Amino acid sequence: MGLGRSAPGVGQDLIDTIESVYRAESRRVLATLIRLLGDFDLAEEALQEAFAAAVEKWPAEGIPSNPRAWLVSTGRFKAIDRLRRSQREVSDEHDVPQAAAEYKEVADDELRLIFTCCHPALSPDAQVALTLREVCGLTTEEIARAFLTTAPTVAQRIVRAKGKIKGAGIPYEVPALSDLPERLDAVLRVVYLVFNEGYRFRHDLSGEAIRLGHLLAELLPDPEVLGLLALMLLHDSRRAARLSAEGDIVLLEEQDRSLWDHAEIAEGVALVERALASRRVGPYLLQAAIAAVHADAGDSTKTDWNEIVGLYDVLLRMDPSPVVELNRAAAIAMRDGPAAGLALMDAILARGDLTDYNHAHSARGELLRRLKRLGEASEAYKRALQLVTQDAERRFLERRLESLQQPLDR
Amino acid sequence: MKYLCLIYQEEKQEANVPRDVIQKAKSDFWAFTEDIKKTGNYVGSHGLQHTDTATTVRVRNGKLSTTDGPFAETKEQLGGYFLIDAKDLNEAIVIAARIPSAKWGSVEVRPVWDKTS
Repeated sequence: MGLGRSAPGVGQDLIDTIESVYRAESRRVLATLIRLLGDFDLAEEALQEAFAAAVEKWPAEGIPSNPRAWLVSTGRFKAIDRLRRSQREVSDEHDVPQAAAEYKEVADDELRLIFTCCHPALSPDAQVALTLREVCGLTTEEIARAFLTTAPTVAQRIVRAKGKIKGAGIPYEVPALSDLPERLDAVLRVVYLVFNEGYRFRHDLSGEAIRLGHLLAELLPDPEVLGLLALMLLHDSRRAARLSAEGDIVLLEEQDRSLWDHAEIAEGVALVERALASRRVGPYLLQAAIAAVHADAGDSTKTDWNEIVGLYDVLLRMDPSPVVELNRAAAIAMRDGPAAGLALMDAILARGDLTDYNHAHSARGELLRRLKRLGEASEAYKRALQLVTQDAERRFLERRLESLQQPLDR
Repeated sequence: MKYLCLIYQEEKQEANVPRDVIQKAKSDFWAFTEDIKKTGNYVGSHGLQHTDTATTVRVRNGKLSTTDGPFAETKEQLGGYFLIDAKDLNEAIVIAARIPSAKWGSVEVRPVWDKTS
């Protein structure tokens, strides 16, 4: 946590409160400070100084009624003060913090920050690293762990990106409406990547992604923005059901649907309906619509596979990719039987597109198992096991492989 | 801020371009230049002769060496530049995208060092 200190004589309660203010507000305070100070590094130092001042002053003065505004004006003052001292201009005149109107722009500041971090002039890797660092407040170590790289690599990427923002004059602003479609793509891609990373490994990351999704949807209710938010909510709604008590993966068909978060489903479905009404359909919205069809089925046997196949057809036309083809093949298998799905999967693999994608082999293994071609099923699962990197997925495949030795239970 | 827009294109392809297309490109460049002069974004520009007229110069240990041709063999060659004044990178990108040759070649946008920094 950024608040790595506790002042002597300060009650633990107050430290806890400041910690929770830090978690809730630090990124928004930073976003505003970057706008006010016009510099990422200066703003980060100012943020740390503002919280240090809070630890010092809040015990005696009490917690201010608007901690965010207090932190922004304190951080701004400290930065200006430091700039003045470094320029050897002695001045006792305190800068009066700007009027409250300035703090209303906070949500806009966060959007500015997101669009700046995801500027297409930065490399895709840098966009992700910078967003996680500046917008989500992750440490470089945490980012490195999430993306299987080293902290120095991440740190270097972030330093370079900040250098480019400053040097090349990347503006701190939400793009004009005419540039929005292209610029929005990059932002949505980064938000979804953060969500997926969190969905697989760390729930706090998916929470951050959903928060960013809400923020984007509130300010830019484009169908794809609503679609992405819906997609994330609908996936997240299955969180409690997708792992067993032992931390093992539970397939969608086998999940206890009473564990699904029905509030998230309702919100996701409503967003899908609202976005579909615009008649402008994009890949995120289509994926959300597919997730909504799943969510709509009280149990897996009631899933409308015909609808799902139809949505995959549209998705494939709009955004062709081997992974979408694979998912469509799995849906066909549910609608028309495993043999039909298997034929499609074999064709995809024969093209060589997904040879190293473990999910392609495990999906194929599953269809072979249903077709009672157990020897081939076992080969497919073994191939998937060679490719898998995540523990929960490995255990899942091992259990699948074991179950092939026993008589079929379904 | 000032940005140097470096214009790259394939010299080899130029031989295959019909006359009227070249004429059109010339008048497009002229119109673009007039346009950014009016908006105050224009600082300067030049077109360059082909790389077969280029000479690369190095001094090593006080010894001058000259070699025929450009510094690096690349698919696209530097063919000219526009020096522009823009509010920020976004404006520079919008202007660079309007350079006619962006449609067939590429434009590298480089911020110029500010003398005060």
